[in-house]
Amino acid sequence: MARLTIERVSKSFGAFRALDEVSLEVADGEFMAILGASGCGKTTLLRQIAGFDKLDSGRILIGDATVSALHQHVPPERRRIGIVFQSYALWPHMTVAENVAYGLTVAGVRDPERSRRVAAALTLVELDGFAERRPALLSGGQRQRVALARCLVTEPSLVLLDEPLANLDVNLRASMEDEFARFHARTGTTMIYITHDQAEAMALADRIAVMDKGRLLQVATPSQLYREPTDETVAGFIGEGMVLPVEVRAVDGDGTCRADLCGHVVRMRCAPSQKPTRKARACLRASDLTIVPPASAGVDARIDHAIYQGGHFRLEAHLEAAPQMRVHLDVPEPSALRPGQSIRLHVGDGWVIPAAVEGSREARAV
Amino acid sequence: MMPEATGWRERFEDYGLLWGLLLVVCILSVLPLARLLLEGIAPQGELSAEAATRVLSEATTWSATRHSLVTALGGTILSVAIGCVVALVVSLTDIRARNAFVFCFVLPMMIAPQVVALAWLQLFGPASPLLKAIGMAPAMGSRNPLYSPQGIILVLGVQYAPLVFLTLRAGLRTLPRALLEAGLAGGAGPFTVLRTIVLPLMTPPLVAGIALSFVSCLGNFGIPALLGIPGNYLVLPTLIYQRLAGLGPGVLADVSVLSMLIGFIAVVGILLQDLMLSRRDFRISTTSSVARPFELHRWRAPVEAGLWTWSILVLALPLLALILASVVPAVGVPLTLKTATLANYDFVMFGHDAARRALFNSFGMSATAAVAIVAITVPLAYFVVWRRSRLLHFVNLVIEMPYALPGVVLAIAAILLFLKPLPLVGLSLYNTVWIILFCYLARFLVLGLRPVISGYYQIDRTLEEASQIAGARLLRRLVTIILPLVAPAATAGALLIFLTAFNELTVSALLWSSGAETLGVIFFSFQQGGDSTYAAALGALTVVVTTALMLSTLLMASRLPPGVLPWRD
Repeated sequence: MARLTIERVSKSFGAFRALDEVSLEVADGEFMAILGASGCGKTTLLRQIAGFDKLDSGRILIGDATVSALHQHVPPERRRIGIVFQSYALWPHMTVAENVAYGLTVAGVRDPERSRRVAAALTLVELDGFAERRPALLSGGQRQRVALARCLVTEPSLVLLDEPLANLDVNLRASMEDEFARFHARTGTTMIYITHDQAEAMALADRIAVMDKGRLLQVATPSQLYREPTDETVAGFIGEGMVLPVEVRAVDGDGTCRADLCGHVVRMRCAPSQKPTRKARACLRASDLTIVPPASAGVDARIDHAIYQGGHFRLEAHLEAAPQMRVHLDVPEPSALRPGQSIRLHVGDGWVIPAAVEGSREARAV
Repeated sequence: MMPEATGWRERFEDYGLLWGLLLVVCILSVLPLARLLLEGIAPQGELSAEAATRVLSEATTWSATRHSLVTALGGTILSVAIGCVVALVVSLTDIRARNAFVFCFVLPMMIAPQVVALAWLQLFGPASPLLKAIGMAPAMGSRNPLYSPQGIILVLGVQYAPLVFLTLRAGLRTLPRALLEAGLAGGAGPFTVLRTIVLPLMTPPLVAGIALSFVSCLGNFGIPALLGIPGNYLVLPTLIYQRLAGLGPGVLADVSVLSMLIGFIAVVGILLQDLMLSRRDFRISTTSSVARPFELHRWRAPVEAGLWTWSILVLALPLLALILASVVPAVGVPLTLKTATLANYDFVMFGHDAARRALFNSFGMSATAAVAIVAITVPLAYFVVWRRSRLLHFVNLVIEMPYALPGVVLAIAAILLFLKPLPLVGLSLYNTVWIILFCYLARFLVLGLRPVISGYYQIDRTLEEASQIAGARLLRRLVTIILPLVAPAATAGALLIFLTAFNELTVSALLWSSGAETLGVIFFSFQQGGDSTYAAALGALTVVVTTALMLSTLLMASRLPPGVLPWRD
């Protein structure tokens, strides 16, 4: 087990900046998800941690040892980490047992110790009896488990999982998610889980690091990320948040404030350091919006689309006062609301996103 | 528990292997050609233009150059015409038994050119049992019509048509179906589509095929040796051979100039190809599925009949003539069931010392070259494919040189390099099998590298990265993970090398010595000495071995990257 420290790591490919001063600290035994759309730099970061690529600037430490720095590069084979590849990367010319035993053989572990540990690893992933099979004869989920057993048999200090569920069908995903969670609880290994699926990240991780365009936007627990995004991109990306301009009128001491959304004054949550300002942005969720009678307090909107999503309609609307501001909410069926209709919306909750400069500094300093 | 050092051992292994391989490539590919160039500037170590002036003012030099150009261009035109038609028919139409036809069509290319030449001689000669059977044999004692420039061109064209076919076929495989269908949808008929879409897009492989065919025709020794020397129609390779065979290493300065002359012509051919291709953009941007064949309907049977008739004419009949010639007791004896004999086979396999030695030498050297080249190319391709750099790009080009240039160029370069004993160790490779083996390694390295590289492209790199993460250093990864995965491609490459070396004559004709004969050399000397029945028996044997090995590779064909085995479609 070991903690992982990433300090201001940058990497460019030609003119493309794949990693831009990324800093991240992963505690010993933590399950950290790195979340981002494809091309955000998460795979580049994984390859940096593994040591497949050299960095341009910054530093990576595993435990107390520097493994990557400008003039220092510990090759991957010396880093003692484990990786579960997206493609599983099982060697087709070896049996399941030979795949799992490989790392031990390389490390000089001999029988009977080696076969004992291989058997134990296969038991751990519930694949007893599959030792002599070839990977080609296994199902997707079984291959996934072999990859997991292979990576854990050498007891690595750190395990990197590169979109391990991306190639599985939906049903299998859920059960493998459970498996990863139980697995992490049992072994206590530090795990870095790369994914583009926020539901997966939320379900599994202790903390989530959100990446975009080579930068780390926010590192926080799943609930914090959802409730208190420090960045507009994160707010929009996680849970389909709506980011709307508001005016913060007065800040109360209890972490709330009164914010004005097109004349509708709402009590919203905010950072303790939040100052009153005319130019703030708030993150609202679909569940924060309710339709109220025209005479009640609220803000007027006009429906653009009503999309049936099974059991409820997703309404997409724009504010009458500012047509460029778009909102969405769910209403249960049956519903008579149609595009073009006007509605009055009441905002029940919201989160004032801390000012941009502050937000990005906070993310980098974690 | 953490790494004690920063990986000096890994770096040492990495760079050690890389620089070791580069050194080997330099010794094999760069050193001989550099030595030859040096000889051109400073013969025998002294700066002088004397040899060059002497050779270039001789009439024979220019008549041989003219003959070389005539036969090479003629052979190229014929091979391009045949290769193109066959490639288009095989790729774009719905003919049946495609694989079997491709195998038969490509077979002549794999058989030794000198054996093919002899087979054709037997087919057209006055003693031809086949022509006699239909009463068309030339009168006894008359001159074989193949002893002529036309004969050389004919056999060269047949021999290298598969080269053009293969490059064009590879290009046609990548031709997207949508491009053809867009043309047809636009109202163009199949022939208009062929003329206005297919052929223009196929310019790069076609030009590459033309260049390849030209360089091969230019460098061929076996065919002009068998068909040209009797009529004193000399081309540059045969002129070099005669000079060297007649006068020994004393004429090295002269033959160096001649070999540089032929090398120069080959380089001009290759540069012309680059020039033609650099002037237009031929990139295909769409990636839809491959073209669906045009249906021939009622023309299918006639087209198939035409293709197979062609196979019978250029493959079956000459080979039959060769086999018939090999069972005749002596030249001129009429062949009947009574006179037919296997004595010639018995003699060349067991009765003739030099032939037996040659069989052993050829087998040994071809196998050694195949194994050694695989051992070099598997790690080398690792760096070429997965660690691209400008240096490796250069290496990739350099390896091509000894194969692209005519074989006599490399042979003369090797003589220059090894005529004197090796410095420091004092060993002499000249007049031993080792100088021939050296040339095999240099010349056929690229034959092994290409399949191995395409094998690498089929491997998911994460398989290697997974073993790296498991702690395996480069050498272990190469042996335990990569070698098993590229083994089918490497085996195919090894077989290709073995077959090519086994049938080779161009290099060994200039480098052989007593005790260091090859099958090609013995075959050639039988034929030169008038023992064409022995030559036919030996030739038939090599054809059988070659065909058997080619067929055996079809067993593992499903595990190979497409295009690695030329004789499998």
